[in-house]
Amino acid sequence: MTDRYDAIIVGGGHNGLVCATLLAQGGKRVLLLEANDQLGGAAVTRRFADGYEVSACAHLLYQLQPAVRKELKLAPPLADDDLTTIVLDEAGGHLRIRGNDVDGVGAADAESFRAFFKRMTRFADLLNTYLNKAPPRLGTRNLRDLGTLARLGFDIRRLGKTEMEAFLRLIGMNMHDEVTERFESPLLKGAISFDAVLGTHLGPRSPNTIMTYLYRLAGSHGRLSAPAGGMGAVCDELAQAARAAGVTIRTGAAVKRIVVGNGRVTGVETASGELFESSTVVSNADPKRTLLDLVGAQHLEAGFTHRVHHLRARGNAAKLHLALDGLPTIAGIDKREYGGRFVIAPDEHYVERAFNPAKYGESSPEPVLEITFPSFRDESLAPTGKHVMSAVVQYAPYALKGGWNDESRRAFEATALRVIEKTMPDICSRILASELLTPADIEQEFHISGGHWHHGELTLDQFLFVRPVAGAARYRMPVDGLYLCGAGAHPGGGVSGAAGRNAARQIIAGERAA
Amino acid sequence: MHTYDAIIVGAGHNGLTTAAFLAKAGLDVVCVEKNDYIGGAAVSRELYDNWIYSNCSYVCSLLRPEIYRALELHKHGLQVTPYGGSVQFMQNGDYFGSYHDPEVAYREMARHSQHDADAYERYSADTMRQCRFIRDFLLRTAPDPTSFRPKDIRGLMAIGSKFLEMGEDRMYETIRFWTMSVAEYLDEYFESDIIKTSLSGSGIIGTALGVHSPGTAYVLLHHYMGEVDGNVGTWGYARGGMGAVSKSIAGAFQAYGGKLRTEAGVDKIVVKNGKVTGVGLENGEELAGRIVVSAMDVKRTFLTCMDRSDVPEAFYKRVENFKIRGSSGKLNIALDGLPEFPALPKNSSLYISDMHFIDSMERMERAYDDWKAGTWSKDPYVDMVIPTLVDPTMAPPGKHFMSCFIQYCPHQIEGRAWTDPEREAFAQTVIDQIANYSPNFKDLILHYEVRTPQDIEDQIGITEGNIFHGELTMDQLLFNRPVPGYAQYRAPVAGLYLCGSSTHPGGGVMAAPGANAAREILADLGRGNTVPENFGDD
Repeated sequence: MTDRYDAIIVGGGHNGLVCATLLAQGGKRVLLLEANDQLGGAAVTRRFADGYEVSACAHLLYQLQPAVRKELKLAPPLADDDLTTIVLDEAGGHLRIRGNDVDGVGAADAESFRAFFKRMTRFADLLNTYLNKAPPRLGTRNLRDLGTLARLGFDIRRLGKTEMEAFLRLIGMNMHDEVTERFESPLLKGAISFDAVLGTHLGPRSPNTIMTYLYRLAGSHGRLSAPAGGMGAVCDELAQAARAAGVTIRTGAAVKRIVVGNGRVTGVETASGELFESSTVVSNADPKRTLLDLVGAQHLEAGFTHRVHHLRARGNAAKLHLALDGLPTIAGIDKREYGGRFVIAPDEHYVERAFNPAKYGESSPEPVLEITFPSFRDESLAPTGKHVMSAVVQYAPYALKGGWNDESRRAFEATALRVIEKTMPDICSRILASELLTPADIEQEFHISGGHWHHGELTLDQFLFVRPVAGAARYRMPVDGLYLCGAGAHPGGGVSGAAGRNAARQIIAGERAA
Repeated sequence: MHTYDAIIVGAGHNGLTTAAFLAKAGLDVVCVEKNDYIGGAAVSRELYDNWIYSNCSYVCSLLRPEIYRALELHKHGLQVTPYGGSVQFMQNGDYFGSYHDPEVAYREMARHSQHDADAYERYSADTMRQCRFIRDFLLRTAPDPTSFRPKDIRGLMAIGSKFLEMGEDRMYETIRFWTMSVAEYLDEYFESDIIKTSLSGSGIIGTALGVHSPGTAYVLLHHYMGEVDGNVGTWGYARGGMGAVSKSIAGAFQAYGGKLRTEAGVDKIVVKNGKVTGVGLENGEELAGRIVVSAMDVKRTFLTCMDRSDVPEAFYKRVENFKIRGSSGKLNIALDGLPEFPALPKNSSLYISDMHFIDSMERMERAYDDWKAGTWSKDPYVDMVIPTLVDPTMAPPGKHFMSCFIQYCPHQIEGRAWTDPEREAFAQTVIDQIANYSPNFKDLILHYEVRTPQDIEDQIGITEGNIFHGELTMDQLLFNRPVPGYAQYRAPVAGLYLCGSSTHPGGGVMAAPGANAAREILADLGRGNTVPENFGDD
């Protein structure tokens, strides 16, 4: 027996939930199928040791789009809504960065950072408008597309001559050159370089890293918040919104195949053999998985398959989770400051050196890290008196030479701890349990090809008009009734909800036009 | 004191080109050069008796044919002999040759990968399409996107409509092409590492980028858009070395009545009341000119030869931040005979081709990592040619001249000057790499000349010895080159112009910057245009 739905969402990651909710709010009967038992995709809270929980992948919220918050009436409970970034220095001269304010550098750098941040947030705002709508098609006579392009041109011009020149110069530039031009402090240069390359297969010298930095600032200017109860709390709220809107949700229901007949989708089949019919299937899975595995090349034009095949989506970010019997000692850090975001990126060259081995399928001998102690403000995550550490460790290339196995995982964890020990000397003695999630593990657990946060590298050749691939940037795939709503689609990853929202709007608008 | 209509600073090929077009328009022009020879980095030097060294640039193809014709360079002795192909020696004893003849090229590619042999046509067509797109903008001034002047708007519309003509799919392809790395671009066509390696060199020559750096696919074009005898993408040797190019342009300049002065290095570009009045030479002499045109790179022009107060502060800072990085060196070797390469068949045509001794994309990229760490590549990318096989005039009978272009080679070693032992070690790195594939090579070496970017800077004057007068990254191309708002050859001082490779469209012995600058100058002076601006052969 099969059910009929107006739309089936494949995958209950945050974008899938956002898309499902908006479609249901638009009056559709929506079924959402999630392979795992838990909703949220990679945005979940995970119990990695008895009594200890952390956000499985992303652990800080800074990109959730205001429009998504508003339309879904989201107000996730926050343990902290404006974390300070603390750039650790082995000698104890740590920097503290919050918004446009940096403490611990000379007056010239502090002043220069304010100017830099002002310009970057202005450019990010410009970009943000276009992250919240489907990219226009090029070369068509469609008035709406032409209007959007004209508007983009107008917005760039409206920056004024000086800023427009700066924008057109910076957009393709690398962060290394920009920070060397502006700042003296190695720690500040390191921290900005780190933010520019976090979650990418790029080093600060790679052109394109200003763009990734702007992407990070889009939406909320990089203001960091920590959801109470971990990232899973955000998705719990999203799931509630979906249910309230009438979405039927099935967990533990992995989709094995998207069924295509006569060039259009007719439904999906689950691993257990259940068939669900619908003329609209929206995939929250990444583009490669969706198109090459679930749909299959036999239903696609060869040239299109070729493009999807060459989509670059190989993650470099690993997650390290530690259960601790107490907070580690950090010289020069006050007990009250442990709720911050600690960055280990002593200078821009260090970040570049960390990247070098990733090009050859080797992990960094001296990785860069983003560390938080979520239990500091949120007692629900660890037993009383105990703590958890959640760290993003880069670079741990997906396609490691020799592959990821227990041995290479242990070795990389030890490498990360050696780096952490330089500023937190007693860290190892406090470890009760640990877990390292490499991109290969993330692929396995969350079904993301290449274990890439963004479901596809965020570079200019895979951005905007050409994301995920040329000819499919507007959520509609070249199989009738098939849509993409995940991070692989425009605008990209991060817990922002933008892709899910844009996709839903595109589906609804498409129907009106038809 | 005599007042010239125009003083050109620097007799490199671009300076001479501007000079020649201005003289052709009837202006009273003097071109001053600090060295006792002309040509800048396009020179043939007789450093030893009967040995001619093209000791900087070494092959010719980018020189715009429109300029060749307009200046009638054939009358002034310029002959370009085409040559083609390249060979990649492999550590396993094999080699990969690329040949001019498409049939042969296909067979050789198929020997390494049938898939890639079949993919090549598509690659070639796609890349040539990008070439044709960009070539139209070479002999044009880049429009300023921030300006509302009709000329700039027309220029932007011209680019826009050329872009639109491509059709939707190709527009996306073009966006991707301009932003991706050469490694990723090649990945979309080829599977064989050796074939990719062979093609990737053109994406990084002269840049401080690696084959995996976004933006390097575009750099391919800077090496593909050349033509010899109307064959796009082919290379040639100038008979008598690269100096023949400069000499022929100088010949044209003098035939139009221009005056050339060597050993006349400029110490200062003189500005009075916000206007250029002439130049002060190193020997104390002053020359008066209504306009001054600098063929020097933008940093040398403004940071060395002018006062900070001569230009707006914001402009000065932009010039300070202009990226002009030494990333390549040269080793010029005189040989007692022809070295043997046992991997090649006897009398192989590949002896007359570009030879490379690196056989994987990983080795290409690792060579860049050394440069980032502040030293020369320990396993470098070497582009080696033996021009005497085509042009025997450059060496005594039976002897040969070998030119090695080496990447990467930094301007300084970890932030300090090169020492002599380091220069020697750098040369040995290259010699050892070649000797791995040629057993009799070392014994044939008579003498050699090492050129680090530091040497190039000291002798020729190019800041950091960067062969393109500035990185060819997106932030320094088109309307951003050299500095946003000043990409149309006019400096922010009345009467001062730029005509070197720091300006659009950038480096290579192309002469397009020099021609474009001359066109803008003639327009400002209300003179008739003598400079070609359209392609006759498209």
